Amino acid sequence: MSQEHIDQAISREYAAGFVSAIESDTLPPGLDEDVIRFISARKNEPDWLLEWRLEAYRGWQQMTEPKWAHVHYPPIDLNEVSYYSSPKSMQDGPKSLDEVDPELLAMYEKLGIPLHEQEMLAGVAVDAVFDSVSVATTFRGKLAEAGVIFCPISEAVHSHPELVRKYIGSVVPRRDNYYAALNSAVFSDGSFVYIPKGVRCPMELSTYFRINEAKTGQFERTLIIAEEGSHVSYLEGCTAPMRDENQLHAAVVELVALDGAQIKYSTVQNWYPGDAQGKGGIYNFVTKRGVAHRDAKISWTQVETGSAVTWKYPSCILRGDNSVGEFYSVALTNNFQQADTGTKMIHLGKNTRSTIISKGISAGQSSNAYRGLVRMSPKATGARNYTQCDSLLIGDRCAAHTFPYIESRNPSAVVEHEATTSKVSDDQLYLCQQRGLDAEKAVSMIVNGFCKEVFKELPMEFAVEAGKLLEVSLEGSVG
Amino acid sequence: MLEIENLHASVDGTDILKGLNLSVKAGEVHAIMGPNGSGKSTLGHVLAGRPGYTVTAGSVNFLGQDLLALETEERARLGLFLAFQYPVEIPGVSNMEFMKAAVDAQREQRGEKPVDAVTFMKSARETCKAVDLDPGFLKRGVNEGFSGGEKKRNELLQMMMLQPRLGILDETDSGLDIDALQVVARGVNSMRSPERAFVMVTHYQRLLDFIEPDFVHVLAGGRIVRSGDKSLALELEARGYAWLEDEVA
Ligand SMILES: Nc1ncnc2c1ncn2[C@@H]1O[C@H](COP(=O)(O)OP(=O)(O)OP(=O)(O)O)[C@@H](O)[C@H]1O
Ligand SMILES: [Mg+2]
Repeated sequence: MSQEHIDQAISREYAAGFVSAIESDTLPPGLDEDVIRFISARKNEPDWLLEWRLEAYRGWQQMTEPKWAHVHYPPIDLNEVSYYSSPKSMQDGPKSLDEVDPELLAMYEKLGIPLHEQEMLAGVAVDAVFDSVSVATTFRGKLAEAGVIFCPISEAVHSHPELVRKYIGSVVPRRDNYYAALNSAVFSDGSFVYIPKGVRCPMELSTYFRINEAKTGQFERTLIIAEEGSHVSYLEGCTAPMRDENQLHAAVVELVALDGAQIKYSTVQNWYPGDAQGKGGIYNFVTKRGVAHRDAKISWTQVETGSAVTWKYPSCILRGDNSVGEFYSVALTNNFQQADTGTKMIHLGKNTRSTIISKGISAGQSSNAYRGLVRMSPKATGARNYTQCDSLLIGDRCAAHTFPYIESRNPSAVVEHEATTSKVSDDQLYLCQQRGLDAEKAVSMIVNGFCKEVFKELPMEFAVEAGKLLEVSLEGSVG
Repeated sequence: MLEIENLHASVDGTDILKGLNLSVKAGEVHAIMGPNGSGKSTLGHVLAGRPGYTVTAGSVNFLGQDLLALETEERARLGLFLAFQYPVEIPGVSNMEFMKAAVDAQREQRGEKPVDAVTFMKSARETCKAVDLDPGFLKRGVNEGFSGGEKKRNELLQMMMLQPRLGILDETDSGLDIDALQVVARGVNSMRSPERAFVMVTHYQRLLDFIEPDFVHVLAGGRIVRSGDKSLALELEARGYAWLEDEVA
């Protein structure tokens, strides 16, 4: 297809890019111990948590920003960022949906988030995080019957302090990396999930994150604990308004799958990617990691289409024997977006297995890198990994990179790696057009076909959404 | 239905078609034969609007419209279908999904709603039977891993689902076993109607035993150098092309 065609098809407007006129209570930019004390006090946190945060902050001060990722951006001045923003009407916290600001609800509707209980027949319980505060968690009653806890983490700190205290930082230590340390110091909210022993969570759980305020960073923190033999499927979605400045999003997600438990964590990430000239957009620096104990399974599925810069490696520590880790990823970059994403599979237990399926799609002048580590420790007898890493290029000004790292210290472990790079060919487009499809529809169909193996891992209703999202993100990539 | 006048076309700067004339009326079947490299496939691609194929002179009128002024997909939606000599694969995009998207694109053009999925699936299954393809092919990626003969039958399947006004078949009979050849013939014959026309590129007179053409043309050196009825095909079978090329030269 011609370059002109490509340029046209990659340029669509960002559909979620409106700003809501909600009055908010935002901390002035800048970070020091007082800011952390303020955040902690605002949330009425117990002393141990304040100490935990301060400890993280002190650690962070000793650290420097990582530079190894294949992404380029001007230095971020973390003193320009505001570390807390909450919609004003939320200061006392809503007790039910009726108390939620109608503007907020209207905004969620615009985003297509089914917040009202009556719209929840689809069986999705939603926790919506707006800037830094959790707005409403639906379906709590039904979940409570099953013994499932699904609430803002700020609330869990008070209602289930023993669980939070035991597990927070147990998977991603406070000083794990620069952004994780920053998050640990300043996180303001996020979701908390607890599934009791042997319980299959009766519905999909889901969180929507949205950054609304200008110059705020979003530092949410999610903690999911699945007790022995329990099952849970969790989905997060993300959007942000269009703004000229870059905004920082540095989240931490920790998953704990105890013996025989299964956690499926799906992400549809559509943060504002910046405009066609590469101005604005979210910096998405996220640490996601899960620990799988004996016979447990952790499955990450992600569809990443947004953000100006993405730096994200959802990982599995396969600690228990026979535990399983999976990573299914679609990462699409367009215009000037940059993504460096992948996974780490750390095999510690015997007969642990992991599967990595990564689909990278680059269009425009974007850069898309897969970075993956498979480590077979000396005790991981009989462990196996299969990695398949496919890149699809649209046009000839974009780039795809693959950085697979394999460390095997057990001779019985088997690591398989396959990689392909292909282009959306002119002949494929011609075939589609000869059958009456326009180039844009043709590209999105070809890209969707390329991603099929990953989409089938998403919960049904979100697979459709993901397909549409790709179509939108690709607009302007051909004409 | 299709009026081609003095058509000149080039590919990557090489002149391939050099003053081609052809007139096809609704209801007719035209066979085009000719030596390798004479420009038969090029003609099909120029009519379909393949990017990179440049028309340097001449005109083409299709159903009262200036065909050459239309985009590739507009020509298709108008009812022009090209069965490819070498169909390409589209991995991961199921045949079913692909054909439905194509049918819906045509319907949209006519201001109609997308076809109902259940109805479409039923008719796709039936059409599979008609072209002797297992319905399992509907779930597979477009031409993905299909054998040569299966790809050809898949082209026929698409044509039957799309019900075009003009079907251009570029060697759809090549590489087919004798049973498959009959399947293709039956398919085309079932579609023959006073509103529809076919242009069939072929190297073998045996196809014309099953699909009786109204006209047979010989394309050589980028032009139609001889036209006749079915008996011309028999003559070509016996004598080859050399005598014609000599005559023209
Ligand atoms: N991109 C190109 N650049 C230069 N010449 C080309 C190009 N594409 C096709 N040609 C030439 O155009 C001529 C006509 O090709 P075409 O495919 O139309 O022949 P054909 O009549 O269909 O032959 P066959 O019977 O073998 O299918 C051939 O000589 C071919 O090599
Ligand atoms: Mg040919």
